[in-house]
Amino acid sequence: MLTKRIIPCLDVKDGRVVKGKSFVELRDAGDPVELASFYYKEGADELVFLDITATPEERNTMVDIVERISEEVFMPLTVGGGLRSIDDMRRMLLAGADKVSINTAAVLDQCLIREGANKFGSQCIVVAIDAKRVAESRPPKWEVYTHSGQEPTGIDALEWAKKVVELGAGELLLTSMDADGHQVGYDIELIRAVSEAVSVPVIASGGAGIPEDLYQVLVLGKADAVLAASIFHYGTYTISGIKKYLIEQGIPIRV
Amino acid sequence: MIAIVDYGAGNLRSVVNAVHTLGYRPKVTSSPEDVLNARAVILPGVGAAADTMANLKALDLVNPIRRFISDGRPYLGICIGLQILFTSTEEGGWHECLDLIPGLVRKLPPKLKIPHMGWNQVKQRISHPIFNGIPDDSNFYFVHSYYAEPDDISLVSGETEYSIPICSILTRGNLVATQFHPEKSGEVGLRLYDNFIKMALATKISSLHAD
Repeated sequence: MLTKRIIPCLDVKDGRVVKGKSFVELRDAGDPVELASFYYKEGADELVFLDITATPEERNTMVDIVERISEEVFMPLTVGGGLRSIDDMRRMLLAGADKVSINTAAVLDQCLIREGANKFGSQCIVVAIDAKRVAESRPPKWEVYTHSGQEPTGIDALEWAKKVVELGAGELLLTSMDADGHQVGYDIELIRAVSEAVSVPVIASGGAGIPEDLYQVLVLGKADAVLAASIFHYGTYTISGIKKYLIEQGIPIRV
Repeated sequence: MIAIVDYGAGNLRSVVNAVHTLGYRPKVTSSPEDVLNARAVILPGVGAAADTMANLKALDLVNPIRRFISDGRPYLGICIGLQILFTSTEEGGWHECLDLIPGLVRKLPPKLKIPHMGWNQVKQRISHPIFNGIPDDSNFYFVHSYYAEPDDISLVSGETEYSIPICSILTRGNLVATQFHPEKSGEVGLRLYDNFIKMALATKISSLHAD
């Protein structure tokens, strides 16, 4: 039986892992290569790196980091943040990434999804969607934001999810902006709505605070994988501890 | 020489890193001569089978690979490296493959999420040196939308459930092919590479042409 994946997320800025709340207030959380290796040994199922600075010089730093990580970590690596072109994607894949994640670039240029999928295969193309609840919408609606959560687009998140899958996305990384970094639980309604609407796997992101949150989003939210940062980086919970808890709850998990 | 075939597949580096970390020095190559002279050939793969076939053709690698495998020499195919061994694939309209293993590559049924992505158990159906030190039902990392169906089911050495039973590892003499990615499957994956290389290095070259 296919197991549910637990994915630590490493936001990288100037070669260091950082974590903030609702995309701001960044705190230092360590060296990316050391952390990646640590999570690998701890039993993470996959790793996601988001380059949150993404100027050209820093992009080289990121390529270098990915190369070093892929030499010692033998599990799937997804890299995102600031990727704008097929060439950007290729560089990361050649450096050792298995998947690339695009967000703003996908909204600005939908062809990039299709081209990337044609060139590297759908399984390489993760579309990251940052979604924010539309105030007082009933039934609930979510709006897509770009540029690290700074720019509202007016695009409905559910419609966008279906669209990107049609264009060739092989996986969705869905972040609830309302919950991100606050450790108050995932936005179950958002995750479930999207997961039920698309044929590809959905990674739930934003809001993990306690192990119960991961259980809820996997069961009620129908997520295929969960992404979390804060609860792992600061040692609040270990991956092995969370996995043990989820197994006790009857969730299929790799040990 | 352990040859890792470079035909433009994106995850080549991960495979090289895995073999490196085990203490071997593989040669990354797209030369037909290297393939024919290798002790072992590893064909990594992501993407589409038809593209892979087209790339191998463009590099004049189809015949050397076919001959290498027909001679019973040690070959490890990963993901697409498994699928191209078959007669034909349904991916992107029917395309012919190497036809070294009679059978078809079909699209996964739409019952569950596609791609089949993540860690899933491999049920070992036979005892084989490729499984040395790897517990039955170990989890390996999968990412694929098509699956191979050999006509001769005795070639299926390991099986994985994903709404249907999938041939996740296939063996025939010195030929080993996996639908999963051992280079992305942590310690058990590295173990599988090590088993394959040890198997390959133990194969006497002279015995291969004994008949």
